[in-house]
Amino acid sequence: MTLQNPALSRRTFVKSSVAASGGLMLALSLPKANAGLDPWTGEPTGTEISAWLTIDPNSQVTIRVAQSEMGEGVFTAMPMLVAEELDCDWNQVKAEYASANRSVRENGVYKRMGTGGSGAVRRSREYLQQAGASARERLKAAAAARWEVPVAELRTEGGEVFHDASGRRTAYGVLAAEAAAITLAEEPPIRKAGEFKLLGTPLNRLDVPSKVDGSATFGIDVKVPGMVYAAYDACPVWGGTLAALDDAPALAVKGVKKVIRVEDGFAVIADSYWRARKGLEALSPEWDLGPNAGASSDAMRAEFKGDLDRRGVVAHEEGDTYASLEGAETVIEADYDAPYLAHLAMEPVNCTVSIAKDRVDVWTGTQNPESVLGAAAEILGRAPETIHVHNCFLGGGFGRRSMPDFARRALAIAKALGNTPVKVLWSREADTRTGHFRPLAALRFKAGFDANGKPVALLNRSATHSILAGFRPEVVQNGLDGSSTEGLENQPYDIANVSIEHHLKRTPVPVWFWRSVGSSQNGFALEAFIDEMAEAAGQDPLAFRQALLHKHPAMLNTLNLAAEKANWGRPMAPGSAQGIAIHESFGSICAQVAEVTVTQSGEVKVERVVTAIDCGNTVNPRTIAEQVESSVIYGLSAALWGRSDIENGQVVQQNFDRNRVVKMVEAPAVETHFSLSGGEHWGGIGEPALPPTAPAVVNAIYKITGRRIRALPIAQHDLRWS
Amino acid sequence: MKIMGGDGSGPAVAHDLGMHSMITLTVNGKTQTIDVEPDTPLLWVLRDHLDLTGTKFGCGIAQCGACTVHLDGRPLRSCVTPVSVAEGQAITTIEGLAGDTLHAVQQAWIEHDVPQCGYCQSGQLMVAAHLVDNTPNPSDEDIDQAMINICRCGTYPRMRSAIHRAAALARDAMADA
Repeated sequence: MTLQNPALSRRTFVKSSVAASGGLMLALSLPKANAGLDPWTGEPTGTEISAWLTIDPNSQVTIRVAQSEMGEGVFTAMPMLVAEELDCDWNQVKAEYASANRSVRENGVYKRMGTGGSGAVRRSREYLQQAGASARERLKAAAAARWEVPVAELRTEGGEVFHDASGRRTAYGVLAAEAAAITLAEEPPIRKAGEFKLLGTPLNRLDVPSKVDGSATFGIDVKVPGMVYAAYDACPVWGGTLAALDDAPALAVKGVKKVIRVEDGFAVIADSYWRARKGLEALSPEWDLGPNAGASSDAMRAEFKGDLDRRGVVAHEEGDTYASLEGAETVIEADYDAPYLAHLAMEPVNCTVSIAKDRVDVWTGTQNPESVLGAAAEILGRAPETIHVHNCFLGGGFGRRSMPDFARRALAIAKALGNTPVKVLWSREADTRTGHFRPLAALRFKAGFDANGKPVALLNRSATHSILAGFRPEVVQNGLDGSSTEGLENQPYDIANVSIEHHLKRTPVPVWFWRSVGSSQNGFALEAFIDEMAEAAGQDPLAFRQALLHKHPAMLNTLNLAAEKANWGRPMAPGSAQGIAIHESFGSICAQVAEVTVTQSGEVKVERVVTAIDCGNTVNPRTIAEQVESSVIYGLSAALWGRSDIENGQVVQQNFDRNRVVKMVEAPAVETHFSLSGGEHWGGIGEPALPPTAPAVVNAIYKITGRRIRALPIAQHDLRWS
Repeated sequence: MKIMGGDGSGPAVAHDLGMHSMITLTVNGKTQTIDVEPDTPLLWVLRDHLDLTGTKFGCGIAQCGACTVHLDGRPLRSCVTPVSVAEGQAITTIEGLAGDTLHAVQQAWIEHDVPQCGYCQSGQLMVAAHLVDNTPNPSDEDIDQAMINICRCGTYPRMRSAIHRAAALARDAMADA
């Protein structure tokens, strides 16, 4: 997939020979040696200066992006990091995906290819800047050699090298081939905050034009010559198996070719998706539901809550919390919980596989192309060097697409089909029920105050379904999963005695990273309880937080900016109130003031969310504002209605008819303000604005209704007031 | 599954010729005859048979609106609409929304940097285009009523401002005409 500035032609896509009206556009990330492979032949993209960029004769720069574009803006931010140093003309910049195959063959040349943890900028900024700086210096060296002048006399700007003393100038496109042959004796330094020309300027995204005319290629849009379609379904209970299946009803459907059994389910193969789907729906599979047929999230929640009566493993401790609680003048206590929750990305998962004698091609939208490549090598028994994963645009990620489960199923189906290419597509319901969920969590807080109302002790216990115990057990030490306790063990408030304890839980429900991970539920519970503490102390929620954050200037600045921009404490109409919350996650601090209305009949409307964020420095402030808006609204859907209940081992809410999410009419106005601490600090932006939203909203609801909401989602509570 | 008479000049074909069910569709001004069962949702005919993949599959139960196209100028959720219903009517998809220039909503979407993942945006744009084409100065309430498709990236605030901008662009274009 190749993208470029809208000012340029968009004809770098390759049209398949089978494309009919409307056109089938597919990206090329094939290495040169395979460029002749029909029909994936591509136009040359110019002279390769390094694995990260090419420059064509017209000085158009193509920058390779190793992260996945799922809406968070990496197809713009990553090129900005390179272009910052390259001094090229931004209007001549294109973006395309880096090749996971090449990274395998060339010793990890693209370094980190997974996208998650709000880490795209934080974890690749330095080497992307370096790639741009290195290319710039090589272009200068090429010009210096041509003109026989010292490199020190040259400067670069807008895609040209200038020798001001002689008035000479030459475009990068002219110098590219010579620059490609130059090796630098030493790498140039990269620019620091304060020296940037491009970073920190708000730019429109490079991928937007292709997303307003239908031409952007998502995994679901891929079509390969000779391809068949597969509709897949699995046992509705995790761990269940197919006991019996009569293929005949499916085979009677026009266009259906065969039925294939794989792992936990089966696939119907046909000459179109709809015929495959009709074939699938014609079948009456008999499932052996297995040992989890009685699983119930209500029972799990009750068990987790029961664990809170026992001391847990200590994740963080200061002072003597139990003794301090014992001696406290006042003690308050509250229990919170948050449900299992599906990601519900807009594009149902899908994957297209083509197996040939000497190579395998896989097209999908993934947050981790290397894991898909590894899965293909393993399942098909092929050398990793022969696997080509073509990442597409992701129709939403939120963590869902960092797991290769769907690619594994597609690869197994493709293997059974032999050399017939196949596109496997999940229904919305199958995507949800075979997906992985935000962990169920139960939390208890206890706070002690002295006679002056000063908080002297904070005890927290959480019981949370561990993600890492199943995924990376080696990093779970002493019963502690850091992704379960994040946002709790690093709680920022200055209280003399703090004990953060944890019960690591597992159930049959598959869990996975969900936008902002542990902070999504921990930030909610902690910040809602802080408001309960403020009330017990007889203080305003803002003033209470300010007093306890005096040792944390960055948090205090961010909190104060949100409060100031929202005009905290301004008079509100009856039925309306402000709520405040602050949370640090993924290297960024985010404070929010939510302005909420609750009708007397209990209808909640979030009118406005004023956000202050400290992500250190900015690459593209426009993208950051967009990610704040996105996180607030994604978090608000979860806070208001989000739940994935498990009954009889099955997910109750499988489609958007039962998974209510925020629509236009419910979407608040979202303001973004920056409280940047600058320096060498670079924080994430894809997730940190999510955790404060739910607590800011419930804290406002309390002011209106007098009801403390301690269990999500909000919609389960009767909020009528008079 | 062959596309017959792709340029509209092919022979007229009756329905239900034995195993075959020929459907004649006019999509983005082009008339084509397709061998497909009449109960197939229009969405899948557009995507798999006509390779018009800008229209998306999101839920299959007319809840999310990612599949929205225009049928005789009105927004329609193509995932639950049998292709036979669309026969003889003008279908417009995202690929046909622009004329010589982009539609005002497409221009405003670019100006306001609306799409994030972009998956729902074809459907959103088809609804927004109908709103702007028929309501010259839409209020926020008009926008709330019309824009009922789901966006999981939460681009609603930008869509709202872009619709106001598109309406202004459309009014300017009318004034210039």
